[in-house]
Amino acid sequence: MATKQSHRWWIPLLGWLVACLLFFPIFWMFITSFKTEVAAVATPPQLFFRPTLENYVAVQTRASYFNFAWNSVVISLGATILSLLLAIPAAYAMSFFPTKRTKSTLLWMLSTKMLPAVGVLVPIYILARETGLLDTRIGLVIIYTLINLPIVVWMIYSFFKEVPKEILEADRMDGASTYQELVHVLLPLALPGIFSTALLSIILSWNEAFWSLNLTTFDAAPLTAFIASFSSPQGLFWAKLSAASSMAIAPILIFGWVSQRQLVRGLTFGAVK
Amino acid sequence: MRLFCRARMRARGLVAFLIGLLLVQLVNACSAGPQAGDRTRLTIATVNNGDMVVMQDLSSQFEADNPDIELRWVVLEENILRQRTTTDVASQGGQFDVLTIGSYETPIWARRGWLRSLDGLPAEYDVDDLIDPIRTGLSYEDTLYAVPFYGESSMLYYRTDLFDKAGITVPTNPTYAQVGEWASQVHDPTNGVYGICLRGKPGWGENMAFLTTLVNTFGGRWFDMDWQPTIDSPEWQNAVNFYVDVLNQYGPPGASSNGFNENLALFSTGKCGMWIDATVAAGLLSNPEQSQVADRLGFARAPVESYPNGSNWLWSWALAIPATSQSPEAAERFVAWATSKEYVRLVADEYGWVSVPPGTRTSTYENPDYQAAAPFAATVLTSIQSADITNPSPLPTPYKGVQYVDIPEFQAIGTQVGQRMASALTNQVSVDQAIAQSQTVAERFMRHTGYIE
Repeated sequence: MATKQSHRWWIPLLGWLVACLLFFPIFWMFITSFKTEVAAVATPPQLFFRPTLENYVAVQTRASYFNFAWNSVVISLGATILSLLLAIPAAYAMSFFPTKRTKSTLLWMLSTKMLPAVGVLVPIYILARETGLLDTRIGLVIIYTLINLPIVVWMIYSFFKEVPKEILEADRMDGASTYQELVHVLLPLALPGIFSTALLSIILSWNEAFWSLNLTTFDAAPLTAFIASFSSPQGLFWAKLSAASSMAIAPILIFGWVSQRQLVRGLTFGAVK
Repeated sequence: MRLFCRARMRARGLVAFLIGLLLVQLVNACSAGPQAGDRTRLTIATVNNGDMVVMQDLSSQFEADNPDIELRWVVLEENILRQRTTTDVASQGGQFDVLTIGSYETPIWARRGWLRSLDGLPAEYDVDDLIDPIRTGLSYEDTLYAVPFYGESSMLYYRTDLFDKAGITVPTNPTYAQVGEWASQVHDPTNGVYGICLRGKPGWGENMAFLTTLVNTFGGRWFDMDWQPTIDSPEWQNAVNFYVDVLNQYGPPGASSNGFNENLALFSTGKCGMWIDATVAAGLLSNPEQSQVADRLGFARAPVESYPNGSNWLWSWALAIPATSQSPEAAERFVAWATSKEYVRLVADEYGWVSVPPGTRTSTYENPDYQAAAPFAATVLTSIQSADITNPSPLPTPYKGVQYVDIPEFQAIGTQVGQRMASALTNQVSVDQAIAQSQTVAERFMRHTGYIE
């Protein structure tokens, strides 16, 4: 037994190595945001330097970070809530009352993710123009809901499948209605899964750049548009871009950090019975 | 049963609340117009570079002088801006009142009726003061459709200390044969100095901007008068061979991923002996806060091989008003202000003469203060004035443009050819293969779009 354990010393080491490798770009972006523009492009790259806050000051002077951040919060939360409201009943029906077409419906939903977004840019743009949804938060909420819905339905579907049918049969025997069954029995049981699905949906909405850049101009522009404004075709911009990126990912990073326990619990939900 | 009814009512209430919320947002979205109170809102789409940032900073002056106008800035990365504005203008989105576009897009968009003409600018604007080739590039059928915010050509930058040490004197009009020789003389990779830096990053506005000027001066052209691609001509072969050889022998490692910014960083940190690129770099390289070689900087006109006209490019970022603008009168007031002589003077007062937008007005170059502050001014002006967009090659061309071809298909063709050239630079394919593949790609595009059969 002892020999077996001593052979496994490299597993945590490998875990740390992979974690460091994944974290390195974020770490580098973060320290670059405290360099001057010249130091940011210096070769060889500098690990030790005199830190400056000038990039954060410049970024905040040039653009109103809080307007962009507020739009990001409203849009990602709005899209997540709307996705869940639509996905939970859909996943419930497909998990517990499957028909012969349920599997193909699920696959069809997933197939909508396979179309390159730019392929429908002009039709969506014209639809948004005709409905007055260009540069509005509600427009992006609807688009993000539609984008994330297949993944949200699939995840909740798989979490619902983990719930033993016998529990639902028992509550039906006790006279529970569909609504009561869903709200009082099924949702509490699948809550870790729903929570991690919501978290994933928030992260996906927060990071989405294609539609946010194409459908917004000023009023509804989220943090992805904020970052895009700091990339320059002429002149040095890496330090300011790093500062803008650090400010853009900070809220979602903190949110993920705080809720990591629930996220891991949700993602491993039903893995061990 | 009562519990069931209460639950249903609660669910209905929730649905009604959500629908109400959606409707309020929709009404809100629909009612949002260009008027904010008594003020007209102008949405301006622009790129993030030094001159545009200065314009954004100084725009409070415009708002103070025009209290009925409120400016809203949408600053985007160049490629995103191009995609965003094209989508909006082509589908009549009406999201922008002022667009920042280049001299490539202006005639194409004007031909399609996407832009408002700017023929009605006031007399004090002095349209005739705009530098001729720049003004021609922003016109379609002799009508001005955009006004230049800044203009540029290309020129040669070199390190005077390295050239003095090697005993090289650079003439006013150098040749590419000389450039190849000088690159070998100042190439010193053990001390971290490479003979020459050139654009290698694939893209119609990146490596192909430089390569097209090289092909022009080697006597080549993109298309013959029947729109048949001529990339497999001996002129292209010679130009591309020169480019690949000189960059592989005397260029920095990883040259195929270097665009303007990467080369700017390399040159400003002393890694390049020479660099041929946009004249706008002169101001950046002369600024000791951004450049370690500001006191060792020499410049000359872009090198020539056999034909002078197409050896230096012509580009300008300009302000245009889309046909869909909801406040064209206010938009015209803004574009006239931002490209006026008064604006140039305002920038000079606030940031110094070296920071004024270059390459737009003759009066700027005639100003002794500017001449004193910008030692590169004369070279830049001569370069811009000598660029001939109507005759970029010694052979006749059916298109206009020095480093581009003024057809919408060129972006795709140029970028695909640029990728083949980058492959040749990294020795993934030979120059002959890259040229053959490029010819095939260009022919396929031209056939599909109906230019040739």
